[in-house]
Amino acid sequence: MKFGVVVLPGSNCDQDCFYVIKDVLKKPVRYIWHKDTDVDGLNCVILPGGFSYGDYLRTGAIARFSPVMKSIAGFARKGGTVIGICNGFQILLEAGLLPGVMLRNKGLHFLCKYVYIKTENNQTRFTNFYNTGQILRIPVAHNEGNYYIDAAGLKELRDNNQIVFRYCSATGEISDQFNPNGALDNIAGIINKKGNVLGMMPHPERSSERELGSPDGYFVFKSIVEWLENR
Amino acid sequence: MLKAEIYITLKRTVSDPQGLTIKHALESLGYKDLTDVRIGKLVIIKLNFKDKKRAEKEINEMCKKLLANPIIEDYHFKIKEQ
Repeated sequence: MKFGVVVLPGSNCDQDCFYVIKDVLKKPVRYIWHKDTDVDGLNCVILPGGFSYGDYLRTGAIARFSPVMKSIAGFARKGGTVIGICNGFQILLEAGLLPGVMLRNKGLHFLCKYVYIKTENNQTRFTNFYNTGQILRIPVAHNEGNYYIDAAGLKELRDNNQIVFRYCSATGEISDQFNPNGALDNIAGIINKKGNVLGMMPHPERSSERELGSPDGYFVFKSIVEWLENR
Repeated sequence: MLKAEIYITLKRTVSDPQGLTIKHALESLGYKDLTDVRIGKLVIIKLNFKDKKRAEKEINEMCKKLLANPIIEDYHFKIKEQ
């Protein structure tokens, strides 16, 4: 099994992801430079956070035309496991690999803090180590995390159980009060219909060790390994 | 030579936190009769050819492929000779 971490100009969570896979999870991992198109031999591709192409025009709008994105779209079409974190999520939206779009945070502030999210669906390859309803303490760091989709799209997400994580309180209450960025329906993470592509705004790679504040995000990666090894 | 001015705006159905904040700021400056403030982008592209039809076609393509996100944004443009 091998992980790949995409490196775009402006990625800044690539090394954190690499570190978690290699040193915490202890699994093989390599970087994929954005001009490379080779994703052969990989089982999971991680699109990390950052400010690819300076967030110019719209977050993720330029990155989606990187050479590597064509390969990743093909990889995803064939059922390959893809996880986009923060800017990675924004890129997946712009690339059409996930539905919807990100608007600027409702309060207009860049948010960098711990939040709580609720696991709404643990029947995925990304969340099988969590219980349904499990609350995770996990950091966010973004300016455009205000998820938006039209009413028909939201209905589809709900009907297909594609909403994986939602912002909540420490006790799991979901309301506007515990919605850091104005995201529609408190959405923090979604999967595609096929279930092989996840996008999430919070950073599991920054919360994969107790020493760094929270171990709660670790099990996203652990779930992927579990699924890849035992499917 | 041609110059295209492309205006990209959020759709009416999409909330615009920036516009709302600026509306509040303007109101605090005493401009009380504002119904709405919306922020958009202006992209200016200079083209090194003169065929307006071709320019319209290509600018349309550029908007659809990259410059605007059809889920949340509308666009319109003017093409001028210069």
